[in-house]
Amino acid sequence: MACRLSSVVALVMAPRSETTPDTLKPPATSVGVLGWLRQNLFSTWYNALLTFVALYVIYALGSGLWNFVTTTDWSVIAANLRLFMVGRYPAEETWRVQASVALFAFLVGASWGVWGGVARSAVILLASIFCTALVLPLAWNDRVWMAGNLALLGVGFAVGHFTKARRALVWAWLASLPLIAILLYGVGELPRVATDVWGGLLLTLALSIVGIVASFPLGVALAVGRQSSYPAIRWFCVGYIELVRGVPLITLLFMMQIMLPLFLPEGITVERVMRAMVAFTLFTAAYIAEVVRGGLQAIPRGQAEAARALGLNGILTLLLIILPQALRLTIPAMVGQFISLFKDTSLVAIVGLLDLAGIANVAANQPDFLGRQAEVYLFIALIYFIFSAAMAYGSRRLEKTLGVGER
Amino acid sequence: MAESSNDDIIIARDVHKWYGQFHALRGVSMNVRRGEVVVIFGPSGSGKSTFIRTINRLEEHQRGQIIVDGIELTNDIRNIEAIRMEVGMVFQSFNLFPHLTVMQNITLAPTWVRKWSRAQAEDKALELLKRVGIPEQAKKFPGQLSGGQQQRVAIARALAMQPKIMLFDEPTSALDPEMIKEVLDVMTDLAESGMTMLVVSHEMGFARSVAHRLVFFDAGTIVEQGAPKQIFSNPSEERTKKFLSQILQ
Repeated sequence: MACRLSSVVALVMAPRSETTPDTLKPPATSVGVLGWLRQNLFSTWYNALLTFVALYVIYALGSGLWNFVTTTDWSVIAANLRLFMVGRYPAEETWRVQASVALFAFLVGASWGVWGGVARSAVILLASIFCTALVLPLAWNDRVWMAGNLALLGVGFAVGHFTKARRALVWAWLASLPLIAILLYGVGELPRVATDVWGGLLLTLALSIVGIVASFPLGVALAVGRQSSYPAIRWFCVGYIELVRGVPLITLLFMMQIMLPLFLPEGITVERVMRAMVAFTLFTAAYIAEVVRGGLQAIPRGQAEAARALGLNGILTLLLIILPQALRLTIPAMVGQFISLFKDTSLVAIVGLLDLAGIANVAANQPDFLGRQAEVYLFIALIYFIFSAAMAYGSRRLEKTLGVGER
Repeated sequence: MAESSNDDIIIARDVHKWYGQFHALRGVSMNVRRGEVVVIFGPSGSGKSTFIRTINRLEEHQRGQIIVDGIELTNDIRNIEAIRMEVGMVFQSFNLFPHLTVMQNITLAPTWVRKWSRAQAEDKALELLKRVGIPEQAKKFPGQLSGGQQQRVAIARALAMQPKIMLFDEPTSALDPEMIKEVLDVMTDLAESGMTMLVVSHEMGFARSVAHRLVFFDAGTIVEQGAPKQIFSNPSEERTKKFLSQILQ
């Protein structure tokens, strides 16, 4: 050690013109696990003290949670698992939900085969969920579905890997949303399952996905409209954005549930779940618009000038030059908005819809399981967490992938 | 001012421009012949950049008349876009599109505006990249190039639209000294090929050897213009003399 240090000193002191060996290793205390520990956890005596206190707190909380999880009675979850997943969706039609999941699994597998990267993480996540489901106390046919999903991940990968059909896959993803919607809702030969009986995770995901997919283009349009040179469009967009941002989401939900029927002509009814979807879309769009506006303002004026000087018209300049750059900048904030939308869907429990949180209320109040709130809410918290964390992770990966060539 | 003739590709008559209350251009009149290389210089804030930006309507003029290749610039967006197709522009800060590769930067306008096929646009782009000396950089992103290389890509991007006129707005001002030459060499080549060029620049070596005419701007007007030899050796205006002595030392 001492001789190494002295050689470092000698090197530093040596005149620059001398050739320096470029293989000199840093001292052992500054690299590896030991170096990391020393630098980050035990650099000073108070840092070391903080480390020990933090370790104790983590231990106390962790062991408490562990004791609870391992000793408590989880039968409330097992008995209500169907409710938690699909709510009151008719049992004889549940295959439609399963088929939707299977289609999704296949597409994710295919994306892994075609694109690799982000999709591979999604495959790992899905595979672990399906494996977990296999060991849960499910009906045998549900287990068959889960095993089938696992297989479909692999089949999808193989198909994607060997065909490399990028364009077809993009179209398949775009087509999958309406396809799944039709499959779940029913049309023609398929008996209709009104959204009013959808519940649990199915409803939570339906509200979130529709909210995300619909609010994104609306939000972008509002942000662009806010920058418009036509005052009427600009004022409308500003008015809309400020109005929506000025009221709590819950009032918007109540308005849609209670007041909308008053405005609609007689005979026309909109299912309550769809009203909630509209409320989430309108609400999130206003926030997306503000996020996108930030991105638009961050693009230097020279970009639009260069595009216009090349003869591109205003719309092409926006679509080809400004928006791609602005949207890439806003991915983190945008995904943050989508995660908060996902969690905010739990507010529909207040207006009487039985999403994940609504089902949790129901389950916790069943006479057989009174006093089992902790188990119920811990379970749904875990589900919310898994989805939110997956979205956050996906956004970071996407950012990195799209960051190629950035200055 | 000289009488306009058929040979004039740019005709500007009594052009005025205000920014709010500030009178930036105060009656600029100038004709540019086909194939002529004009270097515009003058102190900062003298309106030289503003003037060349009025020629492709990046700035709107509020009085006077500008006719480019027989089309008068009015508020009609079709006229403006027709002129922009014929007028290429190179900016001080390059303004390459950072999310597109060099190749995509160059082929974007030909494919979307001129409706060329992708293959045709890419052939043209490669030819232009060879002309500016960096064909091997086609697949890179602008952020991976040096300043001089970026500016050469910007020139290739403007040339891909096959313009009749090229505007250069201080093309070397943002470059490190060792990169200025590589850009000026490309511009010299272009001038020798017969391109009509309007160059706002203080590169007096370039002006002396390449320009047909030098134009000195101050306070929103043309103070003096003439052949490089006459301007350098025998300027008739005191302001020109003073400015030249400051930048030439």
